[in-house]
Amino acid sequence: MNATDTQTSDRIVSRKDPRYEVVLYKHVGVDGAWTLDYYRRHGGYEAARKALLEMTPDGVVDEMKASGLRGRGGAGFPTGVKWSFMPKNTGKQHFIVCNADESEPGSCKDRYLLEDDPHQLIEGMLIGGYAIGATIGVLYIRGEYYLALKRLENAIREAREHGILGKGVMGSDFDFDIILHRGAGAYICGEETALMNSFEGRRANPRLKPPFPAGAGVYGLPTTINNVTTLASAVHIIARGADWYNTYGTDDSRGIHHVELSGPFNRRGVFEVPMGITYREVIYDLGQGPSEPAKAFIPGGTSCPPFPFTDEFLDTPMEYSSVAKKGSMLGTGGIILIPQSKCIVDTMYNITRFYAHESCGKCTPCREGVATWMPRIFQKLLAGIGTPDDVALLEDLAGGLRGTAFCPLADSCIVPVLTSLKYWRDEYDYLAHHGRPMYPTQDRWQA
Amino acid sequence: MIPLDTLPPFFADKQEVVAEILSRYPDYGRRSAVMPLLWEVQRAERHISDARIAEIADIVGMRATEVKGVMSFYSTYHDNPIGKFHLQVCATISCSLAGSDSMYDWLVNELGIVNGETDRDGYFSLQKVECVGSCTTGPVLQVNDTYYELVSRSRLEELIRALRTGVMPEPWPARSGDKAGLSEEPAA
Repeated sequence: MNATDTQTSDRIVSRKDPRYEVVLYKHVGVDGAWTLDYYRRHGGYEAARKALLEMTPDGVVDEMKASGLRGRGGAGFPTGVKWSFMPKNTGKQHFIVCNADESEPGSCKDRYLLEDDPHQLIEGMLIGGYAIGATIGVLYIRGEYYLALKRLENAIREAREHGILGKGVMGSDFDFDIILHRGAGAYICGEETALMNSFEGRRANPRLKPPFPAGAGVYGLPTTINNVTTLASAVHIIARGADWYNTYGTDDSRGIHHVELSGPFNRRGVFEVPMGITYREVIYDLGQGPSEPAKAFIPGGTSCPPFPFTDEFLDTPMEYSSVAKKGSMLGTGGIILIPQSKCIVDTMYNITRFYAHESCGKCTPCREGVATWMPRIFQKLLAGIGTPDDVALLEDLAGGLRGTAFCPLADSCIVPVLTSLKYWRDEYDYLAHHGRPMYPTQDRWQA
Repeated sequence: MIPLDTLPPFFADKQEVVAEILSRYPDYGRRSAVMPLLWEVQRAERHISDARIAEIADIVGMRATEVKGVMSFYSTYHDNPIGKFHLQVCATISCSLAGSDSMYDWLVNELGIVNGETDRDGYFSLQKVECVGSCTTGPVLQVNDTYYELVSRSRLEELIRALRTGVMPEPWPARSGDKAGLSEEPAA
């Protein structure tokens, strides 16, 4: 912790640093930024050209490793290391899959990249495909992102017409094309093996690991799967170098991330931030502070346990280790502010209901625990007919389920619920004793 | 209603569409075509009947129960016909904090249908959905494939009025943060 603190002084960890610039989101929000013409006029596809014509695949992987980039889909696995897991000279078809099934509640950073800057993602997939020897890219986009789907269809068509996708990409001897595949509404498809099952036309149940995707992924062939923002980051890392990328962030967590501010902020929105920025700066400078007294904030999407809205947590830097030490996760950067006046039991029921709806039903702890009994206990409490025993049962059930499910979905629900019991037990007890919440439901809809 | 066995096949006169969809995937990945084929039917017929399931099963070489298994896994393929305008209210926490619970209640009152129902004329249907990735611009109402964000009560009244006349208005601009161009305008 101390070592990190002292070594970050020369790095950019604040939006207020004069060296700070918006990188991945530079063209987001600009009308027409989704066309090939616009993208090329702003230096587009130069990074791919550099990778394909001047670098070896191993050179690209090494650059990614040196950048320290960790997966921006939430899990934070080092990207370069993941790419290096791909077997060599197998003679098999390799795949690079882009996970654009963004569905973690609180998260929408990928959506704007997909809608407004689709060529940036295609370029990232090209670079990744070249690095791991994949000539086919699969872009799995969630079914609801229709505008993004149309923009991507168009961008892929443009890229094919201009020799950016197809045989001998940009005059190199590398062939690459992209299959755009539309999902149909299932959170679990964000889990990599479930996504691959879904793509293959199967029910999107997660697969047992091992084998890991690098060994047996799509159609049982070597596969690497990365998030949208991760692949878009690769474009800039290759264009400007790992050293440049390392000017952002801390030793523990390097580079650029995004925050999506939702809940009662004075200014909601998606912002690009350097790693290591504090939640205080994000909430008070970018979000311009809460618009009403706040009780808690969820630091990175609903699967990340909520933090009390206190100095200790506000001053935590956005880096993987620091957030983990405080008992949560960096996640996707989806910061959800929970106002004091919102019942925490109701909040956690909403989140539990989400995971209950999205549970795939494959394994018993998740199907019976998360998808059946946890929401029922919440419903009983919120209906005003619960007892203190029900609170104890909820805690016991969640504690017993923890770590027992087949995939991370169940824990994504269980751990935040347990955390809420740790910090706001008084609200659960009040509800159980009085039959009404400490904070009654309010109409929050704007006239 | 047309009896099942006389229902004209859906894909018979759409061989080009089928061929295009199959051509997207490698030969060994033919069954990947199942989701795009389901989408074709869902879009055209607003639901996916067992007859269509059987057709798709034939095309991709799966059993009908397998196709049904895939179809039933997802929230946006429907057993029963949805309306001409399918209203999807995001109910998850970020939108809930922005008033989506009241928005849903208002729609129930206004349209006389609840979650999962389609009205008598097949005009409106209502579905509570989970997070659609519009968290910073909630509450969001997705009408068919279009997002209407930052939906206030007055905006929703206006939107429903327009939909009743058969018009789908352009969504109002709804972006904030870096995507609103708060960063420097890129040099041309």
